[in-house]
Amino acid sequence: MTIATDKSQAKSETKAGHWMRMYRQMVSIRLFEEQVNELYTRALMPGLAHLYIGEEAVAVGVCETLRADDYVTSTHRGHGHCLAKGASPDRMFAELLGKEAGYCKGKGGSMHIADPATGNLGANAIVAGSVGIATGAALSAKRLETDRVAVCFFGEGALGQGVLYEVMNVASLWKLPVIYICENNLYTEYTHFTETTAGDIPARAAAFGLQAESVDGQDVRAVFETAGRLVDRARRGSGPSFLVCNTYRYTGHHVGDINREYYRSKEEEKHWKTERDPIKLLADWLVAQSLADADQFSGIRSEIEGQMQKAVEFAMAAPYPNVSEAEEDVYA
Amino acid sequence: MPETLTRELTFGQAVREALAEEMRRDPRVCIFGEDVAEAGTPFKVLSGLVEEFGTQRVLDTPISEAGFTGIAVGAAMTGLRPIVDIMFGDFITLTMDQMVNQAAKVHYMSGGAWRVPMVMRTTLGATRRSGAQHSQSLHAWFSHVPGLKVVMPSTPYDAKGLLKTAIRDENPVVFFEDKMMYTKLKGPVPTEEYTIPFGVADVKRVGRDITLVATSSMVQVALGAADLLQEAGTSAEVVDPRTMWPLDEKTLIESAKKTSRVIVIDEGYERYGVTAEIAAVIAEGAFYNLDAPVKRMGAMHIPIPFSPPLEDATVPTEKSVFEVARKLCGEA
Repeated sequence: MTIATDKSQAKSETKAGHWMRMYRQMVSIRLFEEQVNELYTRALMPGLAHLYIGEEAVAVGVCETLRADDYVTSTHRGHGHCLAKGASPDRMFAELLGKEAGYCKGKGGSMHIADPATGNLGANAIVAGSVGIATGAALSAKRLETDRVAVCFFGEGALGQGVLYEVMNVASLWKLPVIYICENNLYTEYTHFTETTAGDIPARAAAFGLQAESVDGQDVRAVFETAGRLVDRARRGSGPSFLVCNTYRYTGHHVGDINREYYRSKEEEKHWKTERDPIKLLADWLVAQSLADADQFSGIRSEIEGQMQKAVEFAMAAPYPNVSEAEEDVYA
Repeated sequence: MPETLTRELTFGQAVREALAEEMRRDPRVCIFGEDVAEAGTPFKVLSGLVEEFGTQRVLDTPISEAGFTGIAVGAAMTGLRPIVDIMFGDFITLTMDQMVNQAAKVHYMSGGAWRVPMVMRTTLGATRRSGAQHSQSLHAWFSHVPGLKVVMPSTPYDAKGLLKTAIRDENPVVFFEDKMMYTKLKGPVPTEEYTIPFGVADVKRVGRDITLVATSSMVQVALGAADLLQEAGTSAEVVDPRTMWPLDEKTLIESAKKTSRVIVIDEGYERYGVTAEIAAVIAEGAFYNLDAPVKRMGAMHIPIPFSPPLEDATVPTEKSVFEVARKLCGEA
């Protein structure tokens, strides 16, 4: 049930097929997250749920430029990154429900999905917690000459953490193949980023000598094009880069964050959802280019709905780990 | 100890020899830290390594403990075996998120999917007139965290054998070296290859009347106190746990059962320190064989003062251990 594919396949496929695959991936993330919302609000999912709805073009546009063996690190809002890098929804749902069949045997949960098979070094629930890990993976790639790159996803909230600047400094000095992807969804939990972030964001990375750019994070084609250049650059040995993807979190910081009017207006939310939706923007472009029609989109949607429903059923039916499992895996 | 002892090494030389041997054995082993290359650290423990292994394996970092420790975590997950050098143990405070929330938990949170085979080498010990921020012994902090292993060698022989084991371990290991021993303590080290397993205490001196459990810097203090006690007619056994975790509870309890009196001596702060844990293990395991309460001796619960007479008063000495032991044996 893997939704991502190796980029090498993209070369031989048609232009329409290439973008339609990205469309499918964005829809998969959206429908996965809608199921998470459903599970959570029905009290079937324990813990916390941070939805990626609205930001799909970032994960998909970036991960489409990567090889299966390239590394990613993710965040507490990480389901989209995991899916875009190739994780299966069934094992992801199992992890979200704390089941043995989950990616981490139920020990990680929503905020800690990791999977060596897809190069996923792990989602991290400490803001900026994985910036060192991603940079270290890039160091390994360079030292071991594996030709891999590492992508480090984080939200704009991570800009407040000093360790980010420590590792960007080292990445630049050592010319490491790492791409820092700053997903600026405007809100650091419940606070607008302008209240917490001084100055110009890309300039912070540029000061360390990183190639620093910004892109419309709702436009998957733009994300794909820009990230692709930065990934190629890193793979060629030209060093690290930093990409701000300007995006929007449609829902609350977490599923229970319902009354949001004290930090943002309903008009603002409506604007992004209707005018700036990444899935709709790509669909409109595909139609305008005569590369797809509305029937295809609804067909894809119902097909993926069925897949997600099956994945949820798998996870619901899967057993919890045995309690004796609690003491396993503390040490390798 | 094997019988083929051919030379005496200082503690620092033993550490360096372990590093060099493991770097020759395994090309994945590399060292990161501040002034570790040409400078060989302020303690000169690493002198000569960069000349043999080059700057790709002995990497000078910026003064960014959190950054390069985080990079080590990621590098360890992806194929290198990094050893980070934290010059003064006091600076571990700067690495806490990387060690406690990242390194220690990656294996468990990922359900065993990822491993973090890294070593953090750092120092402990007061009486160097270095003030409150360069003199602490903070090994209890890491000993509290599941997922980490904590090693505290007390002799050149133990330092070499335990460090080789640490580098080969598949888990994050924190290795505390008493900086006062680097040049001052000499001891026999075989020329032949050897390693020392974790979780095996070493009886440094066999005795009958009282057990002195001592760690790291306090082992020499305990041995000196044992000489004084011998002169006064009391036979003291000195037991060095060598690793705080895993902890060799069996050897500690057996010694306590044999002698019926125990003092636990450690240079960390006495309150909530490792002495408390070891004392509790002994109190539970040997309760019906004890003739006196288990006594703890650690650093005074104050920031380490600069002024020499004040600083010297903060840590246990041969004389203070002797006096407490005499009292515990009802002979003072």
